[in-house]
Amino acid sequence: MSELMRGLNTMQEYSLLIGGKAGEGINTAGLSIAGLFSSLGYRVYMYFDYPSLIRGGHNFAIIRAADRPIGAHRTRVDVLLALDRKTIETHKERIDGKTTVIYDSSQVKEGMGYGLPLDDIIAEERASPITRNSAMLGALARVAGIDREILEDVLRAAVPEKHLDSNLRVAARGYSAVESVFSVKQLDAPALPVLTGNEAAGLGLVYGGLDTYVAYPMTPSSGVLHFLAGRAEDLGIRVIHPENEISVILMALGLAYTGERAAVGTSGGGFCLMTEGLSFAGMSEMPVTIVLSQRPGPSTGVPTYTAQSDLHFALNAGQGEFPRLVVAPGDPHEACAWSATALMLSWRYQVPAIILMDKTLAEGACSFDLDASTPPRDHEPLLEDGEGEYRRYRLTEDGVSPLAFPGMEGVTVKANSYAHDERGFTTEKAEEIRALQEKLLRKAGSLKAELEGYQTVKTYGAPDAARTIICWGSQKWVCIEAAAGVGARVVQPVVLAPFPVEAWSKAMAGAGEVVCVENNATGQVARLLREHGFDPGRSILKYDGRPFAVDELTARLEEVFV
Amino acid sequence: MTPDRSAAGLITPVQNTWCPGCGNFSIQHMMRSAIAEISEEEGIPIEKFVFLGGIGCHGKLMDYLNVNSLYTIHGRSIPAATGIRLANRDLRVICHVGDGDIYAEGLDHLIFAAKRNTDITVIVHDNRVYGLTTGQYTPTSPTGFRGRSTPRGVAEQPMNPLEVMLAAGATHIARGYTRKTRHLKDIFKEAIMHRGFSFVDLLQICATYSNLTDYYDAHIYEMQDGDLDTGRFESALQKIREWDYDRDAPIAIGTFYSIERPLYEEGFSVPPSGLEERRGRVQRLVEGWR
Ligand SMILES: Cc1ncc(C[n+]2csc(CCOP(=O)(O)OP(=O)(O)O)c2C)c(N)n1
Ligand code: SF4
Repeated sequence: MSELMRGLNTMQEYSLLIGGKAGEGINTAGLSIAGLFSSLGYRVYMYFDYPSLIRGGHNFAIIRAADRPIGAHRTRVDVLLALDRKTIETHKERIDGKTTVIYDSSQVKEGMGYGLPLDDIIAEERASPITRNSAMLGALARVAGIDREILEDVLRAAVPEKHLDSNLRVAARGYSAVESVFSVKQLDAPALPVLTGNEAAGLGLVYGGLDTYVAYPMTPSSGVLHFLAGRAEDLGIRVIHPENEISVILMALGLAYTGERAAVGTSGGGFCLMTEGLSFAGMSEMPVTIVLSQRPGPSTGVPTYTAQSDLHFALNAGQGEFPRLVVAPGDPHEACAWSATALMLSWRYQVPAIILMDKTLAEGACSFDLDASTPPRDHEPLLEDGEGEYRRYRLTEDGVSPLAFPGMEGVTVKANSYAHDERGFTTEKAEEIRALQEKLLRKAGSLKAELEGYQTVKTYGAPDAARTIICWGSQKWVCIEAAAGVGARVVQPVVLAPFPVEAWSKAMAGAGEVVCVENNATGQVARLLREHGFDPGRSILKYDGRPFAVDELTARLEEVFV
Repeated sequence: MTPDRSAAGLITPVQNTWCPGCGNFSIQHMMRSAIAEISEEEGIPIEKFVFLGGIGCHGKLMDYLNVNSLYTIHGRSIPAATGIRLANRDLRVICHVGDGDIYAEGLDHLIFAAKRNTDITVIVHDNRVYGLTTGQYTPTSPTGFRGRSTPRGVAEQPMNPLEVMLAAGATHIARGYTRKTRHLKDIFKEAIMHRGFSFVDLLQICATYSNLTDYYDAHIYEMQDGDLDTGRFESALQKIREWDYDRDAPIAIGTFYSIERPLYEEGFSVPPSGLEERRGRVQRLVEGWR
């Protein structure tokens, strides 16, 4: 065992799993468990796993709580909460001699651990079936040695007023049915809210100046739509769900043409439909920010699971050649900061911006600190000063033309999907076509130069380690933890287009033995690095729709680093 | 320098490339007069008008008139127009679309715009042929139409777009003819001033691929007061079905239907401006999380 591993093992951390059928509120229960630990000052992470069905099947959430920031799950759990037999059967590999199992004894006949007769409890308390989760939460609190008042506070925050009383009664029954097994200490740290990547991205967009969010539902991006629609009044924004993704992006471009900052959200299939609008945005130089949340494809693929397989699609979607910004945040903090940044930069440079998420990040939740997530820099769009005749596509040195919007006196704004001259009139003249294309390329250069002042590539771990793990997006945290186990450092490109060549070279100086960790089958970031002349080393790939667990990745790394 | 906002001043220096005799010329002239007159009569500055074009011969109008314009992509002008209206309710938003453009590629958007009753005007340059791609059939070409993609004649029946629009919930439905220019201008003005989604199917002469001048001149008649009750669905439907774009029948032009309904954009509160305020809201939301 390495020095680092021993260090890690002395740290406080707990892993818990709750499982049951779809429709039993496992996601909400998982978030309540996260809330329980959060209120004791722990940093939490939750992974939620569910098939594409509404009732039945098997759902589970793994919640990890630690005395330091985390963002990945481990295979083994300290407590397993089983609302059905399938949960125990499915997760045998996660249980060892030290695991406490709490199960619903009305569902599971002979289990080991604590059986709670949930049918009897809810019948006696005259509570609704969904309150079973509260009994489990109560039992968990007792097992973990957490005070009853803290349990009640968490329920008060999570349960609507009219259901609170029955939930408290049922939770108390769970609490008194078991005994304390270990004791979770209160930490001297603030209780942070627990947010999903989708919620953090939504907040980031608003922080960056969003006026309108437009989306058509598609897992795993729908969380942004639901969250922003539910909070539209609080946030002072408009949220629209039109007939399809083609309409989504065109509406966003109509809003942008009129001066409103709009963002859209989708997953691969919807993004396919948006590609004509994306090219239109490129040619007409209209800003739009796209939250693109990946899931396994091709086609409908596996709707509720995860993948990082749309990187090259995001980089290359659309016909013709035009600049775009593509960022891949690695956790909710980065999702918030880079969503704000992407929206502002898309307006500053009048380019489409894509925030590349995936299911692991989008629907995974973690402790969130807004102060730790503010974007690096503010940007305002370049506006027309009102001197002389307005030309929408005025040729400028940095390729960015000042904006004016329809309705302004004395100004005619002509935006165009065709090749156009400075005023926006269609052209087929050779020299004007060339000038337009060069203007777009100049803009790409300006955007690239701008990004040199940002942390486009991040590094973690000992700078002098002789091993380097490259990862992108949601694989960040699992790599950081696994890297500590194998004595490696981690390098994460956050901006993928325009590719930060210099920052990358610098970050990779003295990288030693290199491994690329990705949630896809062909090594997409490795391919991108090769395209830019960098050696990505060997690949460790996972493409079964599931993210790596820390121990699983550690084992794979140990095989590769010999 | 104050720009010249008279009808004549709305012409751009861009060279016109429509075929001689194309029906688009009268659309251009009458649209120009219509907005100049509305501007004059209603005191709406020309800057408050926005044109949107699809892709086809019709879309070239974007280049020929000195009005705010968004020259979009094939079939997609309507969702963009909806976005424009949502962002700024002072604007008069007019989509110029082709029959291939909007009845084939963009039909879903057309139906949804009618369903929503967003306050935009859609003018279909219905020449019943694909002009710019050189003569293929469109959703309103008559059965048997021999186009370049259907040399043996179209086997499908044409759709009656007015009937589709009535069923979809359009609150203003009219038809015009490019050779009845004065009538055309009035149709335009009425549609633009209608509060809600207004739809005009414009029977357009395509001089090159579908010159129906003789046919139209023989069949078209202007509806008179009392020919129908434009406030009644059944009355409109009956008139709309008089001609089905296929068989020989009298072809009515004028307004078929015009009613009031709440506007889509009224269902949204206008967002407050100011980045700082917006950020304060984010901060407060996170502080009071759940
Ligand atoms: C997505 C897409 N498909 C096809 C085309 C090619 N295209 C250009 S114009 C046109 C048809 C135009 O016909 P219509 O809408 O009737 O307009 P008109 O030219 O008759 O005014 C087509 C198919 C295109 N530009 N974009
Ligand atoms: S092809 Fe037809 S519609 Fe197009 S410009 Fe010529 S006459 Fe007009």
